[in-house]
Amino acid sequence: MEGRDAALAAVLKKRWRIGATLTAVMMLAYFGFILLVAFGKEEAGTLLADGRVSVGIVVGAIVIVIAPVLTAVYVRWANRVYDPAIDAARKRG
Amino acid sequence: MTEGSSSVAIAWFLGFVAITLGITYWAARKTRSTRDYFAAGEAISAVQNGFALAGDYMSAASFLGIAGLVATSGFDGLIYSVGWLVGWPVITFLIAEPLRNLGKYTFADVVAYRLRQRPIRIAAAASTLTVVTFYLIAQMVGAGNLIRLMFGLSYETALIIVGSVMLAYVLFGGMIATTWVQIIKAVLLLLGATLLAVLVLAQFGMNPLALFAAAKEQYGTGVLAPGKLVANPLEAISLGIALMFGCAGLPHILMRFYTVPDAKTARRSVAYATSLIGFFYLVTFILGFGASVLVGRKAIIAVDAGGNMAAPLLAGVLGGTGFLGFISAVAFATILAVVAGLTLSGAAALAHDLWGHVVRKGKVDEREQLKVARLATVGLAVLAICLGLVFQGQNVAFMVGLAFSIAASANFPALLLSMLWRRFSTRGAVASMVTGTVSSLVLITLSPTVWKDLLHNGEAIIPLKNPGIITVPLSFLVAIVVSLLTPEPEAQAGFDAAQRRMTFGPEDSLPG
Repeated sequence: MEGRDAALAAVLKKRWRIGATLTAVMMLAYFGFILLVAFGKEEAGTLLADGRVSVGIVVGAIVIVIAPVLTAVYVRWANRVYDPAIDAARKRG
Repeated sequence: MTEGSSSVAIAWFLGFVAITLGITYWAARKTRSTRDYFAAGEAISAVQNGFALAGDYMSAASFLGIAGLVATSGFDGLIYSVGWLVGWPVITFLIAEPLRNLGKYTFADVVAYRLRQRPIRIAAAASTLTVVTFYLIAQMVGAGNLIRLMFGLSYETALIIVGSVMLAYVLFGGMIATTWVQIIKAVLLLLGATLLAVLVLAQFGMNPLALFAAAKEQYGTGVLAPGKLVANPLEAISLGIALMFGCAGLPHILMRFYTVPDAKTARRSVAYATSLIGFFYLVTFILGFGASVLVGRKAIIAVDAGGNMAAPLLAGVLGGTGFLGFISAVAFATILAVVAGLTLSGAAALAHDLWGHVVRKGKVDEREQLKVARLATVGLAVLAICLGLVFQGQNVAFMVGLAFSIAASANFPALLLSMLWRRFSTRGAVASMVTGTVSSLVLITLSPTVWKDLLHNGEAIIPLKNPGIITVPLSFLVAIVVSLLTPEPEAQAGFDAAQRRMTFGPEDSLPG
């Protein structure tokens, strides 16, 4: 009993840890973008690709793309690791 | 707007209303219990809920407003798009699954799970209704103005149409009808916006860079660089905090996770929603630039100073009257769907939290609760129309920011701590929710937007337009300090059971 509960507790803890880490990554990306726009107006306005796009637009677009990508990373982990662990614990019960 | 496009728009809109009312009729026959009325019988699939979540979230403000902001100021519009999106991963990582497993119809179910029911329900219902009311005002006033612009109807007529069609959806079809309205609206909006973006890009060899270059040619390099929107970094971060955590505290969004059968589906549905919404914001960015180049800023501002007509005008230039009519009808449908979702979540707070758990103390008859829910729906619809009339002609754009601020500071901390922290107490939760609601309201009243621009009281007392950077940490702090000062042994004892249920869901919550 003790061992099983410990294994389950470890997986639960891991879910919160992964959730918190990914949240932190998202915050870093987003607030990084905001800080770039707020403090680095020059840098954000730097032109790229023969002057057809700016650093700010590229970074903003990347942050938009990061959101679903991080979500996909989490869902993949949860489907592959978390769900089987929970199912196993449920069966044992 | 011309005669021709008006009649096409009206035809499309009537088609949308006819189909959705048909669905409402079908949904009404399936709606027998509160579980059907509030949670669509928990029978919505991951893809369906993904579209419905996106439908609930992609308001006319984000479609017309962001496209307009990009059209009139270029890069700055992107700052909003990014902000509106980044809350979604947070919902996925922290909230969606435990919420689904622990709750039934409202987020208060989760907070109250091991705490004392009545105080939590009252505080949560109060914050929910405050968020819903401000969100509704913003939507209704926006609806009145836009429909007047697009269809030539009077402001009052527009409000009555929106209010009564929405009432029909929610009153008779409950969550089943509301979900399908959201799905259809999301599909139409995504299709319309994507088609429009493809037509724009076709003018530029399918290369967004050529579009940006053309905008730069016309309006100078500034169009690709940060402009005046972020003048004060603290301001930007404060708004960012409200947007990021407010999303995970919006009652009408949280309620959607109860419409799916289990936590796994909830998780997948929010992943779909995040992709759809992210894609949508990339598309609106293209539309905004397209409008500034192909319609021209002068022409856009001539029609509406806020730039809200940028996307419809662009549709007119690229696809003719028919397409302009289609896009206008989609914008109308968008408002209708968002208002329906808000009303239903308000009705759930009134009928489930207040009537069911406070007045009837958890012992409530199904039929009675359904009746109360429907009465609440009618009341909210009337309230929405009245608020729309009262706030006619006012600048209500700040109210969405206010709704996000209250959601982020009143709902999100209580929700997160109730899931994570054993020592969280009833008093801590109530104090946190009250602090979040009241401090947001007070600080927004003292902010430049209300104090200076709206009330003309001279310089604002608080320099921040959105108080998120103060209210969110304050609400967490109050929750923690009050909980530590008022230990609640019963709540701590219930933590393990709550953890098990959060993990395994309602049916088989007890392994070992």
